[in-house]
Amino acid sequence: MVALDGVQKWFGQLHVLQDVDLHVAPGEVVVVIGPSGSGKSTLCRTINRLETIDEGVIAVDGQKLPEEGKALAGLRADVGMVFQSFNIFAHKTILENVTLGPIKVRKQSRADAEKRARELLTRVGIEAQADKYPAQLSGGQQQRVAIARALAMEPKVMLFDEPTSALDPEMIKEVLDVMVDLARGGMTMIVVTHEMGFARTAADRVVFMSDGRIVEENTPEEFFSNPSSDRARDFLGKILKH
Amino acid sequence: MTFLDGNVGLILQGFWLTIQLLVLSGICSIVLGTLLAAARVSPVPLLRGAAVVYVSIFRNTPLLVVFIFVFIAGPRLGLNYPFLVKGVLAMTLYTSAFVAEALRSGINSVPVGQAEAARSIGLTFGQCMREVVMPQALRAVIPPMASVLIAMAKNTSVAAAFGLAEATATMRGLTNNNANERLMIFLVFALGYIVIVELMSFAANRLERRWRVA
Ligand SMILES: Nc1ncnc2c1ncn2[C@@H]1O[C@H](COP(=O)(O)OP(=O)(O)OP(=O)(O)O)[C@@H](O)[C@H]1O
Ligand SMILES: [Mg+2]
Repeated sequence: MVALDGVQKWFGQLHVLQDVDLHVAPGEVVVVIGPSGSGKSTLCRTINRLETIDEGVIAVDGQKLPEEGKALAGLRADVGMVFQSFNIFAHKTILENVTLGPIKVRKQSRADAEKRARELLTRVGIEAQADKYPAQLSGGQQQRVAIARALAMEPKVMLFDEPTSALDPEMIKEVLDVMVDLARGGMTMIVVTHEMGFARTAADRVVFMSDGRIVEENTPEEFFSNPSSDRARDFLGKILKH
Repeated sequence: MTFLDGNVGLILQGFWLTIQLLVLSGICSIVLGTLLAAARVSPVPLLRGAAVVYVSIFRNTPLLVVFIFVFIAGPRLGLNYPFLVKGVLAMTLYTSAFVAEALRSGINSVPVGQAEAARSIGLTFGQCMREVVMPQALRAVIPPMASVLIAMAKNTSVAAAFGLAEATATMRGLTNNNANERLMIFLVFALGYIVIVELMSFAANRLERRWRVA
């Protein structure tokens, strides 16, 4: 479903992605983990070309990422993205946030788009907030809107970049529950997160990144209980302390 | 209120000219200012450079100097137009630089994540600007834009010094003929400007409240 081959990226002198190969099968849930600055966000953002790459090939559902313009917009419509900072459209109601893409990109009628949007809002548990503005919602609710907004496009794959790290602890669960639900429903997902509970429950595979490289890949069980690289052991030792 | 006798027509005429100058300069400044702001955030270096030069010239030149150019230097170079046109030209050259800066700061105030989210649901660049970035930029821009336009309204009085028969010029004519009622006349005209400016602030406040990002 998603295939990265020999991907290289530099920010000036900084080699942020070094020879990255990553293949994600349809329905697979991959958790990306690693120290700050290791390139996890960058990796995520290259998959819908919010960041360009310098070398290598990225393909989604067998189609190489288009350069720019309409074709790229078309591809992005098929790749859902959920950001750490939610990025809900601040000037639109929750319902409008969810219907914007279906109406403008998928050319659905307003009535169809709203009906579907309400179903999705129900699914993520915030149907009662449909007519409010983002600032009236808690962070956890906003992030669930972001998930509903992405799902409204019927994406082939969903990317999550630390979706819970800007949230208060009591809101993390409500977002993770939605994500676990999605994973069980067969969605292809690439999730950057340090939530080991999520990784254990929902992930098929954990990818550990360090200094722009994929250092280790394994099942969650194996990775957490028996990491094979020093860097992964070191990293897990640090995050397990708190 | 004897000074009003026989002068009502003159006063109204002065205000009418002021209003025309104000509205036309306002529209032209917003149009030119928007183009300049777009040029300043555009990816074309030549456009960006030209807009930077324009904005820094006119933002740093006193309005009086712009008027001297348009009303005195211009005609000597064969560029002579009716008073209203020259007034609008001078006001627009000057005000559009401020409009451009206000707009640019508005565009920059929209978090980059908003545009990224818009692009990641598949909106094209144009749709992203139209649906997500510009509506938020315009909201952020109402207070500074209102200040720019209010300053412009008050600046129309500079046109008086150049013989344009707008409100202030009418007032001078009146004060000359009715010297004993000078204070009264000043008050009436000050009131006229205050009413115009208050109306603009009121409209800006209403817009801001209605459009506030909830
Ligand atoms: N736009 C940019 N320009 C220059 N350098 C950048 C840019 N974005 C990221 N970087 C750098 O690239 C490296 C990788 O960043 P990235 O955001 O992908 O890391 P990350 O693994 O997501 O880290 P975190 O856990 O802190 O989110 C970092 O050193 C970062 O400073
Ligand atoms: Mg990151």
